[in-house]
Amino acid sequence: MTVISTTPDRENLEMTVVAEFDAAVDRVWQVWEDPRKLEKWWGPPGWPASFTTFEFTEGGKVEYHMTGPEGEKAPGYWRFEAIEQHRRIRFLDGFASEDGSPNDQMPTMVMEMTLDEADGKTKMTTVTKFNSLEELEQLLEMGMDEGMTQAMGQIDDLL
Amino acid sequence: MRLQRAVLLYYNQMVVGMPTKPDAKGPGFDEGQVDLIFHALSDRTRRDIMGKVSQGEQSISDLARQYDVSFAAIQKHVSVLEKASLVTKRVNGRQKLVRNNPETLRRATELLAEYERIWTHRIDAIGQILDEERQTGDRKRAEERKRR
Repeated sequence: MTVISTTPDRENLEMTVVAEFDAAVDRVWQVWEDPRKLEKWWGPPGWPASFTTFEFTEGGKVEYHMTGPEGEKAPGYWRFEAIEQHRRIRFLDGFASEDGSPNDQMPTMVMEMTLDEADGKTKMTTVTKFNSLEELEQLLEMGMDEGMTQAMGQIDDLL
Repeated sequence: MRLQRAVLLYYNQMVVGMPTKPDAKGPGFDEGQVDLIFHALSDRTRRDIMGKVSQGEQSISDLARQYDVSFAAIQKHVSVLEKASLVTKRVNGRQKLVRNNPETLRRATELLAEYERIWTHRIDAIGQILDEERQTGDRKRAEERKRR
């Protein structure tokens, strides 16, 4: 098992996940830098992700969607806030509308990923920071399942 | 925003709460229940009531004062929400108090664990990618050695 720890911090509205991989730092970096590799792991089970825009540079934007078991699409976006080669990535992760533009009605979160190499192994720490308790609650109530967005669009139409 | 949140909240409670397997734990909703929830949330006033009671318990008379409709009309709205299990009602003296279903809070804790599971899955998948790459790399190096 490569997961070392998952630590929810309700006071600071953060979730920290630490994992260790038996691989050099540049190899772990690649699973973030290469959208074809990202696609293999980002989506939750049953919801594979497709990255259609991927500007891997500070300020760069990412557009992606996940496809559910019924073919439903859940669009999301990232904005890279900081990239330090082989060391650190910080980005804003949010929900998008069908045309790929950010959906301001939905919560956003900031994710920071740090890599540390020691003895040929690489420790990966991801910290997810939520904006407010309200947004955290909303996300948790949503099961953090981005796949919900599409379904929610459908219910909006119904209401 | 508050209204939308309430709708999202209850929609999610509904979808997330739906068992995917017959033995899945959770509140569970059958088709009829889903119809009741959809119907309950199809009305603007009822969605607004959901938003208000999400902030805290309110009496039906308090709610009635906030809308330009009769006490009886609000009572009817609340009854529709109650049938859909979106709110619970309790009697306190002469007052009837309405609040959102506490089940939501219990779910939040479960959902936090769900978020952790998403990450556990991601990390397993990354580990698998790296393992496969290493195996491919080893094979290539072995082939190169053979050629030499």
